[in-house]
Amino acid sequence: MRPSFDEMHAATADVREHYQTYNRWLQAQPSDMMRSRREEAEVIFRRVGITFAVYGDKDSGEGTERLIPFDLIPRVIPAHEWRDMEKGLRQRVTALNRFIHDIYHDQEILKAGLVPAAQIIHNAQFRPEMMGVDVPHNVYSHISGVDIVRAANPDGSGNYYVLEDNLRVPSGVSYMLENRKMMMRLFPDLFSQHRVAPVAHYPDLLLETLRSVAPGGVNDPTVVVLTPGMYNSAYFEHAFLAQQMGVELVEGQDLFVKDGFVFMRTTQGPKRVDVIYRRLDDDFLDPLVFRKDSTLGCAGLVDAYKAGNVTLSNAIGTGIADDKSIYPYVPKMVEFYLGEKPILNNVPTYLCRETDDLGYVLAHLDELVVKEVHGAGGYGMLVGPAATKAEVEDFRKHLLANPSNYIAQPTLSLSTCPTFVESGIAPRHIDLRPFVLSGTEVQMVPGGLTRVALKEGSLVVNSSQGGGTKDTWVLED
Amino acid sequence: MLSRTADHLFWMSRYMERAENTARMLDVNYQTSLLPQSAAVAEQGWRGLLSISELTDDYQARYGNIDPKQVKNFMVRDERNPSSILSCLRAARENARAVRGTLTTEVWETTNQTWLEFNRVLKDGLLDSDPAALFEWVKFRSHLSRGVTVGTMLQDEAFHFIRIGSFLERADNTARLLDVKFHAVESDFYGAADERDNEYDFYHWSAILRSVSGFEIYRKVYRNVIQPEKVAELLILRPDMPRSLAHCTSKVLGNLKLVANVQSGDTLRRAGRLHSDLEFARIDEILSTGLHAFLTQFLDRVGDLGLGISKDFLMPAQ
Repeated sequence: MRPSFDEMHAATADVREHYQTYNRWLQAQPSDMMRSRREEAEVIFRRVGITFAVYGDKDSGEGTERLIPFDLIPRVIPAHEWRDMEKGLRQRVTALNRFIHDIYHDQEILKAGLVPAAQIIHNAQFRPEMMGVDVPHNVYSHISGVDIVRAANPDGSGNYYVLEDNLRVPSGVSYMLENRKMMMRLFPDLFSQHRVAPVAHYPDLLLETLRSVAPGGVNDPTVVVLTPGMYNSAYFEHAFLAQQMGVELVEGQDLFVKDGFVFMRTTQGPKRVDVIYRRLDDDFLDPLVFRKDSTLGCAGLVDAYKAGNVTLSNAIGTGIADDKSIYPYVPKMVEFYLGEKPILNNVPTYLCRETDDLGYVLAHLDELVVKEVHGAGGYGMLVGPAATKAEVEDFRKHLLANPSNYIAQPTLSLSTCPTFVESGIAPRHIDLRPFVLSGTEVQMVPGGLTRVALKEGSLVVNSSQGGGTKDTWVLED
Repeated sequence: MLSRTADHLFWMSRYMERAENTARMLDVNYQTSLLPQSAAVAEQGWRGLLSISELTDDYQARYGNIDPKQVKNFMVRDERNPSSILSCLRAARENARAVRGTLTTEVWETTNQTWLEFNRVLKDGLLDSDPAALFEWVKFRSHLSRGVTVGTMLQDEAFHFIRIGSFLERADNTARLLDVKFHAVESDFYGAADERDNEYDFYHWSAILRSVSGFEIYRKVYRNVIQPEKVAELLILRPDMPRSLAHCTSKVLGNLKLVANVQSGDTLRRAGRLHSDLEFARIDEILSTGLHAFLTQFLDRVGDLGLGISKDFLMPAQ
């Protein structure tokens, strides 16, 4: 049997140290309490409109908006684990930013032969437009979401691994904040019994970060959040962050470029914009440079950006560093740029573009997780152990047709956390996405968004595939 | 403030106001239909309701004959009718959602919840089991939404555009109501006199008053029997009557002054002109030159004002 790691219960079935207070509390609650609290939470989420849009869903009375299932049992991280993770995250994101700068300037890492040049130059995420472009403080990924899982070792202990880096437009931070608010509203007594590190100042840190990367010479920068609009799946988050920071939430149609500067149309005439926190992929930013059919961006934006008259957050071209085909090289980046040993582990990864690796993957499809290099949202992947024979064979054809489009990793036995499901409290697999802010300094709030796969045995935590979320508690010493 | 944001706020409040006014008219028609009148009189009421919203053709193309139940459905829950209460509440909510960050939490949640609960109320069958309760519910949600706006929002530009939207829409709705109801009286339909005429007249005019919550106000102001020219005066010229044309234009003008920008001079001038035309008018003059002509012109001017506001603030060329 595969070893497993539960966040709350040790292999001996004892409750782990950092969950003991919670467990005592939970045991003391009447049996129907959790159910009624969950209903209460759903009513509140609906009224507040904390929803995400489901693409292609027919409009019902409730619109195309769904609630992301919220689980009432928190994921608890002890202080010492978070300290290590935070150090590792700072290190990793700093190295990734150095890597992106290097790729768009001198390409030292390619010259040193640590990353194959072909992997970069022929990568769809590489933006030649960015070659030689300087960005404020050489920071590219201002907001980074790093997906971390804990997997069981054969001896029953657990290790954290980075599953992937999200350096384009990582989302989910609003759920981290709203989940905490909800927990404090539903269970105030729990917070008086635990020293839970607060996260509510995230929007403040975000604003500080965005202001710190404004174009040189701008003293009081105007920051905006650029959204694709209210039908985007993450619209709630865009509106939420803009409101929390007290900045305008703009759409492409609100912006225009004149004389190399970006302006927004206001009721009192044009107003200059200095920093754009864009929640829009590179492809849609500027119809003059990228996709011509995009109506979501703003014509001329890229020119204004390259002239240094506006900051885009994140920068254009960060995708070159979070691509799944680049991921295996991140530990080497840490050593190359920082001269340090990586604190956070990568999951061992097979690159199907390489003959030896492909051979191994084809022979072990039923054991591996195979992913599209550019995929997101849990689509286009094969979870070998959970797939039927037919699914495996079907996937084999896709893989053989275009091997370089895939990477494979051993099926990690993701850790589980007790979760309140229909049948009661049962273990479900979870991951963690902390958010790292990089401006003139690197900052983060303790914790992140814990996602949970609600289906028994499922390893897919994405909200678009039936995943839910939990509040994440980092306990202070 | 972003022009697009102002646009959403403006339309959010217009749609909420429209939902309320539609509910008011439906309510009065429904109450009137409970009186022992001829089927023809009742049909005239439902027909008038469609014509107020300029929906007669749409309705007839889809459903043919005027049928009270069908008209109610069409005006309350028909998704394909852009002026149905359902469509208005959805549009109000969608506009609010587009700028939820500009609204206070209370305003957003009220608007959102109105939409969610309206769907539930419809599903529960309230329109068939107790239409009056449904109309009352819509009015109350609109009151709530107005109250929470006034009670929680900073009185900045956002607030002023919300108010402009409400009062411009209300001016439009009150004028349409008057036009249709007076037109009905002038038409041949009421031409033949019989002994029940006076009675019908009373119900006709009091229905108009009640649809704008003006029945008690009328009594208070005039201390007299219900007379058509006084009804017209109350709803057109009384500055202290919250649903009168003069009151609405005064509010539009006041709020417009507070958001004025470099290019809005002409729109402001037209708003001022429209208001002072009402401020210094007399009801006998209006009636002698013809109420219908007056109201038609008023509606045109309100429409122009809306276009001007849109051009100056909401969708500037650049």
